[in-house]
Amino acid sequence: MPSRRAMLAAAPALLALSATRPASATPATMRDAIAAFLGEGGTLREGRVAIDIPPLVENGNTVPIAITVESPMTPQDHVQRIGVFTERNPLPQVIVAHLGPRAGRAAITTRMRLATSQRIIAIAAMSDGSFWSESTEVVVTLAACVEG
Amino acid sequence: MARVILQVPATAVRGSVIELRALIQHPMETGFRPGSSGEVLPRDIIRRFACAWDGEEVFSAELHPAIAANPYLAFTTIATESGTLTFTWKGDNGFAQTETRRITVTP
Repeated sequence: MPSRRAMLAAAPALLALSATRPASATPATMRDAIAAFLGEGGTLREGRVAIDIPPLVENGNTVPIAITVESPMTPQDHVQRIGVFTERNPLPQVIVAHLGPRAGRAAITTRMRLATSQRIIAIAAMSDGSFWSESTEVVVTLAACVEG
Repeated sequence: MARVILQVPATAVRGSVIELRALIQHPMETGFRPGSSGEVLPRDIIRRFACAWDGEEVFSAELHPAIAANPYLAFTTIATESGTLTFTWKGDNGFAQTETRRITVTP
């Protein structure tokens, strides 16, 4: 039987162990993933992107998300890529969609998983080299089954 | 062969923007989830989806484990010429599936 003192001394280690078990992205890994999406010298600006996702999600296993970007979608000025990133899923990346002037409209819809309440960011890469983004907070009551 | 649900209009007016919707049956196993034995199940996801109009790619997407099971994608394209739409999914463990749909474009 370990003494109370020994248990207390081991508590921080146990806490760290339990914290690392469900793999989780952090705001830092999300920043890295976004930096990889932007490439060299890309700067992120807010606006032109709209995320349509329920602010309160009951079931994180399948969450409908729609992303629309304001763009004329002409050969001269169109959206090339749309990326979605999360802060606290096991991995920050969600989807990268490749579009072109033949898309007609810059709008995609899919269904994603959310491991917990967190911030989601959608980024649009334009043909002129600019990047636009929107982020939104989502509250999840039942998380996606990361832990079985 | 996985079950696929595609929503493609049979006809479209030339130059109009049409919405295409694609859903495929797939577990999208994340690689972070323990199974009944307690071992973490290996990742098994669809990595890439693409849609081509008469061979020219009009839309593609890289999917990650954060996409829900039975991945659903809705996107738009401009109707150009009557032809064949090809939808392809590629994933882990050699998963590959292709579906085609005819579309008639009226002037």
